[in-house]
Amino acid sequence: MNCGVTTGLVGFAAPDANGNWDGFDVGVCRAVAAAVLGDPTAVEFVPTTGKTRFTALASGEIDLLARNTTWTFSRDVDLKFEFVGINYYDGQGFMVPKDLGVSSAKELDGATVCIQTGTTTELNLADFFRKNNISYEPVPIETNAEAQPLYLEGACDVYTTDASGLAATRAAFENPGDHVVLPEIISKEPLGPLVRHGDNDWADVSRWVLNALIAAEELGVTSANIDELMAGTDNPEINRLLGTEGNLGEMLGLEADWAANAIKVGGNYGELFEKNIGENTPIGLSRGLNAQWTDGGLLYSPPFR
Amino acid sequence: MSDTHAQTVAYVRDTMLPQQTPPASQTGVVHWMRENLFKGWFNTILTLLAVLVIYRLLSGALPWFLGGIWTTDSLAECRDILQGATGGCFSVLTERWNQLLFGFKYPPDQYWRLILAFVLLGGAAAPVLFNHLPRKMLYITMLYPFVAFWLIWGGTIIAPLMALAGFVAGYMAFKKVEYQSFAMGALAFVVAAAVAWFIGGFIANAAGGFLALEPVASRDMGGFMLNMILGVVCVSLSLPIGIVLALGRQSDMPIIKWICVLFIEFIRGVPLITLLFVANVVLAYFLPPGTSFDLIIRVIIMITAFSSAYIAEVIRGGLAALPRGQYEAADSLGLDYAQATRLIIMPQALKISIPGIVNVAVGLFKDTTLVSVISMFDLVGMIRGPILASTEWNGVYWELWGFAVFLFFIVCYSISQYSQWLERQLQTDHH
Repeated sequence: MNCGVTTGLVGFAAPDANGNWDGFDVGVCRAVAAAVLGDPTAVEFVPTTGKTRFTALASGEIDLLARNTTWTFSRDVDLKFEFVGINYYDGQGFMVPKDLGVSSAKELDGATVCIQTGTTTELNLADFFRKNNISYEPVPIETNAEAQPLYLEGACDVYTTDASGLAATRAAFENPGDHVVLPEIISKEPLGPLVRHGDNDWADVSRWVLNALIAAEELGVTSANIDELMAGTDNPEINRLLGTEGNLGEMLGLEADWAANAIKVGGNYGELFEKNIGENTPIGLSRGLNAQWTDGGLLYSPPFR
Repeated sequence: MSDTHAQTVAYVRDTMLPQQTPPASQTGVVHWMRENLFKGWFNTILTLLAVLVIYRLLSGALPWFLGGIWTTDSLAECRDILQGATGGCFSVLTERWNQLLFGFKYPPDQYWRLILAFVLLGGAAAPVLFNHLPRKMLYITMLYPFVAFWLIWGGTIIAPLMALAGFVAGYMAFKKVEYQSFAMGALAFVVAAAVAWFIGGFIANAAGGFLALEPVASRDMGGFMLNMILGVVCVSLSLPIGIVLALGRQSDMPIIKWICVLFIEFIRGVPLITLLFVANVVLAYFLPPGTSFDLIIRVIIMITAFSSAYIAEVIRGGLAALPRGQYEAADSLGLDYAQATRLIIMPQALKISIPGIVNVAVGLFKDTTLVSVISMFDLVGMIRGPILASTEWNGVYWELWGFAVFLFFIVCYSISQYSQWLERQLQTDHH
């Protein structure tokens, strides 16, 4: 299985010192591989850039693109892709040095803003400032890695990108406490894995693996207690999810324990989150919108029945 | 003589005065400094300014370099140790040096193959670069591509051996038919080589694991090794292709001439990065789904096409600079076109073109970093992607880029020094 990932984004996908891919998006790829092939290492990770990702998927070079890609109308419809779900609810935010004494994005009149060119963030920024009738001066940059030193050297007062990216960037600073992320989130960036049109069975498999990870957290199935739960429980939904009851796996054309295999790789959604980007990692993202619906978040898996 | 003079002109000194040392102001360090550093008020000001600049640079860089940390596992640890003091975090180099040099997917226990291939490269390049070495060493050069392929990509040794056999068969066929004409010889070469490769393909498939090294896929190549592979292969391929294109452009045969002109002008009119995107993205649309035409080969083809067009123009400049008389002299000796070109025209034209060719080669070598844009992990791609994106090293800039600059500088500076040496060797106007 070929899975498209980023060429490197802190917490989401990056190879470690031994060359093994690791991260939140990588976890999704491995879960799908485990569910389909029974082996989480049977994935070939194909690094893609923002410019090459869609052609790689459309041409069949990769089977699944898990590269924090925003789900938009035109990508779904016009580019003929199928988003199989949302694994991270992101939004564009602002980071400023504490010394600037700014507490709201609306006070940024006349500020210089570092912004990545050719992305949706650029358009969102223009919209936001026009709507609030304030002016700004953009400093165009190419990548997040470039933005970091520019911002620290004071080439711009404000850095704007997705909130998860801001958190990761800030975490890498020498003195993270000197910088604050402003409360305003000015756009919706639902990030999710996608497949191309034409193979609905494959899209179903990918969609339900992602749902299985989310549902597992909701139902309290973790990598620690899964073996115990697979012996059988009183909760029929857990039993159906883990394949000890019903024939959901068969409907997908997979083994009965497909979801269990997927969950065993890196745990359920919450475990993946905590391990790669959660509050105990250097990136330190809080769950926020990405909490289960029962905890006031947006994660809401359709039922397994 | 001196006796007579001694009597007539008594005041003439008849012995030499002992030599005296020049005055202190005209010798030694003081003199040198006065001549070179403090000659006139303008030079003095410049010197003082330069000293100031050097002092500022060193006072900034030296503590940073000397106070560097080499042994931690992450940037955060570095900062803990430094506690705000000046110092680089060079631990990223000690921890990730293998990824910077070889990419992150090449199996570490196979690094010896790459190092061996690199060392052999020196042996293979030496006889081409230095013509006073024994000519027999050229056999090493001819064998090198096949050995290097086997070492770097692994797999059975039969495959590169069969490729070599194809060339040998072609050469033998060429020798047999050469007496008829050069063109017939070339045709015989192509036919014999194709037949040999066709048969060799079956043998290589059948041989399976004979003397096989662990195979490594092209997409697992990375780091500075990828830059070296692309640079060396593309420069060595584009030189002969460039010569052929330059000659083709000068040709009297209209079709060949126009093909060459079209190729050169088209390639020169397109940015390299566009060609790389074509290689990476667009070609995939033309191939049936599932087939994956090796990405490195696609990139090599594009870079070679690009640089050979430039080299062709440089060599055309060399050809144009040759006086008409050289061509006529070759004709008057009764040499045919191939002989005249090989023996009289090209040696002179190439000599004139050396600075231009080296210029293209250095530029090409540095341009290989552009492949990072199409998600190949060369040295720059490794830094921009995986290393800066790892949670441990996010935020290390100067150390990594400094290392990249250092590696590229070594290679490019050596190339340029070599070319200057070569120009001095080939100088014939030292009367």
